[in-house]
Amino acid sequence: MMSFDRHARRKLFSHAIAVLSGLAVIAVLYPLVSIVYEAFALGGGVLFQSGFLTSLPPQACSALSCKTVGIGPAIQGTLIVVGMAAGISVPIGVLAAIFASEYRARGVGRVISFTADVLTGVPSIICGAFVYGYFVLYNPTIAYSYYSGSLALSAIMIPIIVRTTEEALRVVPNSTREAALALGISKWKATLRIVLVAAIPGVATGVLLAVMRAAGEAAPLIFTLFGSQFWFNGFNQPGAALPLVIYYYALSGYPNLVKVAWGAVLFLLVLILIVNVVSRLLIHRMRVRMGGV
Amino acid sequence: MDPPTPSPVSSVPAPLPVKIPRRSDHHRWGDRIFYGLVFAVGLSVIGLALAIVVSLVYSSQQSFRVFGWSFLWGTVWNPTPTDTGPFGVVPFIAGTLVTSAIALFIAIPLALGAAIFLTTHCPRWLRGPAGTAIELLAAVPSVIYGFWGLFIVHPYMASTVEPGLKKYLGFTGLFNGTPIGIDVLTAGLILAVMIVPTICAVSRDTLLAVPQAQKEAALSLGATDWETTRVASIPYARSGIIGGIILGLGRAMGETMAVVMVIGDTDKVPTSLFSQGQTIASLIANELLSNQGPLQISAILEAGLVLLFISLMVNVGARLLVWRVLRGGGGIVE
Repeated sequence: MMSFDRHARRKLFSHAIAVLSGLAVIAVLYPLVSIVYEAFALGGGVLFQSGFLTSLPPQACSALSCKTVGIGPAIQGTLIVVGMAAGISVPIGVLAAIFASEYRARGVGRVISFTADVLTGVPSIICGAFVYGYFVLYNPTIAYSYYSGSLALSAIMIPIIVRTTEEALRVVPNSTREAALALGISKWKATLRIVLVAAIPGVATGVLLAVMRAAGEAAPLIFTLFGSQFWFNGFNQPGAALPLVIYYYALSGYPNLVKVAWGAVLFLLVLILIVNVVSRLLIHRMRVRMGGV
Repeated sequence: MDPPTPSPVSSVPAPLPVKIPRRSDHHRWGDRIFYGLVFAVGLSVIGLALAIVVSLVYSSQQSFRVFGWSFLWGTVWNPTPTDTGPFGVVPFIAGTLVTSAIALFIAIPLALGAAIFLTTHCPRWLRGPAGTAIELLAAVPSVIYGFWGLFIVHPYMASTVEPGLKKYLGFTGLFNGTPIGIDVLTAGLILAVMIVPTICAVSRDTLLAVPQAQKEAALSLGATDWETTRVASIPYARSGIIGGIILGLGRAMGETMAVVMVIGDTDKVPTSLFSQGQTIASLIANELLSNQGPLQISAILEAGLVLLFISLMVNVGARLLVWRVLRGGGGIVE
């Protein structure tokens, strides 16, 4: 009887842990639910006004009747600066990953993938600070511009692209490489046209995730892209960006600007969640396909 | 014994009709150029890492010349219009450590609980969606966490949580000061939300890497689910879990936007959990543009160098630990 009690107690304890761990999941997910709920509740009405996505931001004002459109320049600025950053970081990231994965026998490849790994841990504000350091020293006239903003974002994107591309390349079976080389194709063609093509879903997913990460970064843009109330006015000029709008308007203290920021939060949040879910499905599908080979 | 395989080549009397491609010069040059290209680009990744260090070292020279090593233990940060300082980094190191410690204190039990649930107790159909939802938490931009913290969490902290803490736990001395909801406690809480997915994902992966046989051995001895987790899984995955926690710590220490809106921007060492403070990251975000002169810029970038150094140490350590488990060499530590 004693042993039964003890057994029951152990069982009960195990069940209690199971319940507690389930509660932990709920506690962990509560912020996500809260953020999405509040974004829809407070930003929904703002986001779905006509012209919100295509108009200039409003003047700061505190009356109830103040305008709450729009975030046009911020969307335009984010598209441009992230596009420029992608233009820099996709070729660099993919080629560096090819070196790290396809020429792995040489020690340098390992050093590169370790460096990329460590770089993913560099705080994003440091990526902005180091670009600021260079521009303030050498070319202060374009310190606050699309050039410096896109360089800061590249420093964030490159390591992510290197890591994900390298992993995607490593999933390609070695027999594929050997088959290509056995047909007499030179290594560079085999790498670009066969290995890289086979890894494209993984590479594309990595690029997409890096782009979304960059699109949501505010910290490195504060003292590089700087922020702006106006439409694009040249690459050597300061520009607007969605995360900067959220940051500046949150601290502005004007109710109508805070409302605009809620609209921007909802827009950015929905965009990023959709892209993430879709790219996860892509990865899953690729794994299933590769597993079938 | 292999059956003798007839060599197809030797049985053919005439030369093969297929022309065996030779590695022509054309091939070799293509390969060489390609190798040179990817090699150079690969080195540029190392170059990027060096560029970050060089930029910060170079721009912090002025501050280093004025304050020397005392910058590292100076507790006063005094930006004045004359731009003479003094500037010391201690308040921000303290702010960074306090907020990160709060974040870990809240995040570790939740993340480990969630990881244990996902690997052991979770019904199979729920495993995918719950795991994905936790990973989505990691995808939410930090500026959105900060915004949510300022407008949703901060009023709740000020009206309910902090007065409650002061009333019931005030005797500990941790909760001195006015509970206004803009303080290191709220910043730490938002950071906790941000680093939970990191710790949870790494812990889950390392717990999944525990060999089935090890868990079955425990179960066959009559261990309950929890006992199996405790004696078989956690010891095996321990260094991976610790690695995940340190990765989370690295993320918390370097995070800017989630902190900057709720920490109160005060350049002093926090004396209680209700103190306003400043982390190194929030210092850079707040004061780099509103600086009083070149010496302050230089001091801020030197603080950035300190942050870079700390987070590199933390990250390298964490990655070495995680690799040890995931690359199969792991097993029971000690």
